[in-house]
Amino acid sequence: MSRAATLTIRTPEGIVFSIPLAGPLSRFLALAIDLCCIGVGGGVIHIIVALIRPLDMDLAMAIATYLYFGLSIGYGMGMEWLWRGQTIGKRVMGLRVVDEQGLRLNPSQIVIRNLVRFVDLLPGLYCVGGVAAIFGRLGQRLGDLAAGTVVVRAARPLRPGLALVVAGKFNSLREIPHLEARLRQRVGPREASLALRAVLRRDELSPAARVDLFRAIAGHFRSLVEFPPEVTEGLGDEQYVRDVVDIVFRPRAAGALDRRPPVG
Amino acid sequence: MILDVERFLAAERPLWDELEGRLRRLEDDAAFRPGVADLRRLHYLYERASADLARLATFASQPEIRAHLESLVSRAYGEIHETRLTAARFAPWRYLTVTFPRAFRRRRAAFAAAIVCTVAGALFGGLALLLDDGARDTLLPFSHLQQHPGARVAEAEGAIADELKGSRTSFSAFLSTHNTRVAIFCLALGVTWGLGTAILLFANGVLLGAVVVDYVRAGQTPFLVGWLLPHGAVEIPAIVMAGQAGLALAGALIGWNDSEALRPRLRRVGPDLMALSAGIAVLLLWAGFVESFLSQYHEPVIPYAVKIAFGAVEMVGLILFLGLAGRRG
Repeated sequence: MSRAATLTIRTPEGIVFSIPLAGPLSRFLALAIDLCCIGVGGGVIHIIVALIRPLDMDLAMAIATYLYFGLSIGYGMGMEWLWRGQTIGKRVMGLRVVDEQGLRLNPSQIVIRNLVRFVDLLPGLYCVGGVAAIFGRLGQRLGDLAAGTVVVRAARPLRPGLALVVAGKFNSLREIPHLEARLRQRVGPREASLALRAVLRRDELSPAARVDLFRAIAGHFRSLVEFPPEVTEGLGDEQYVRDVVDIVFRPRAAGALDRRPPVG
Repeated sequence: MILDVERFLAAERPLWDELEGRLRRLEDDAAFRPGVADLRRLHYLYERASADLARLATFASQPEIRAHLESLVSRAYGEIHETRLTAARFAPWRYLTVTFPRAFRRRRAAFAAAIVCTVAGALFGGLALLLDDGARDTLLPFSHLQQHPGARVAEAEGAIADELKGSRTSFSAFLSTHNTRVAIFCLALGVTWGLGTAILLFANGVLLGAVVVDYVRAGQTPFLVGWLLPHGAVEIPAIVMAGQAGLALAGALIGWNDSEALRPRLRRVGPDLMALSAGIAVLLLWAGFVESFLSQYHEPVIPYAVKIAFGAVEMVGLILFLGLAGRRG
């Protein structure tokens, strides 16, 4: 079964949205952080027990047994209940457990996914759970399947700093409004996003890679809408992509558009 | 179509930020209960953000804003559309004395199936020991069970020193946590369509049946009953109840004679599994306490009649509790 990258939900209002699913590596790292936290908790218990031991050895051992047991079983349940589907590890890695229908987690779901972990751990090192998560469509381990939960990426998407990159520069492509409008219409979200990322991250690329990348992207946009030579003359590939990004992400005011006579 | 993205952002972003703030408050504080006015405002902001998302969907070239809005709408959707009942305040006493026995009764078919697995295992274990005494070491793999019953009874009744003195509380804690782990495992194995749960219950039954036959044929029935009944009257039903929970989970996964889809079936069984888990944990805590403080002491310290009577009272009490508690209201 092919693994989906997102969990897609359709609300009763007819709105469709998607939530990116967590990958196996980020989940593994979150687990590693959680195990460290449990280890630290175990250390604290050890100190508490050491303080009680001189008073009553038997009682101290009993308290230690209950606390270790409570910590190992209750850590995941307690944290996911308090932080709405997040443990310390998940919070650090930007992950969250959610209901597979996008609803708020129910306490019984938290309890079941954490109890079935006992089977996911078999025969060791999360083999059963790991295999189920890798081959399952939504990356669910058995505990998630039984509880009807999925682990998603909870990182808040950032808004692009577009204004700083393209604003205030002359854009010759805007000289021909009807072609500008056609370009905006034909550019899809994926290619627009790709072009924007290329512009925003140009300094991270080597000069040769930058030339190749912008040539390929500019060639694609030129194939979508053909501007007359008088507005593209002397325009390099990178500047062409910048101008396209400016058009796609920063449409001019409607009034300004109306005042310009069509050209070409 | 949105023609002026900047104007659109300038108009809507304050509302998105307000929605973000309200959601963060809800997410960061599980105990926070918003008032009616807060909920109305949250609902309005959710609908507004949903409408913005729908408008953006017709304007394809805004992936970042769309991702941001999708994140907001998905979080708000989870808060607003969750209609499953959750208690405003968790009341542990009511949960254990009303919710738990009700869940037990609702899943009585699974309990009957768990009893069948255990009794089948006990019959197998008992018969195997009767028919093949050479299999004793295999059927009773624990060192304290491999001793001949007569020798064990003589040793236990002749003990002068209290072997558990100074370690009763820690022994009780060990027993409770160990048995709870076994119970959780039994429940969790329900995810193997019940096969793992059935095997575990059967194996538990084999051990129980072999022990019973071993002591009965050695003429040590009063010792056996006096030893097992005080804690076993609670511990054995608790493990069977863990099997009940596992088989209930398996039933929801398989969906025999159930026209509902998998997801609703699992949603329906979830609260019952949680209630059973909580009840089982408390029962095993009690069983561990009794096993450490009472079961390990034999005649002449405690007469068997007293121990058997105690166990019988516990068993009757448990049956009455599971059968009658929480029927009203």
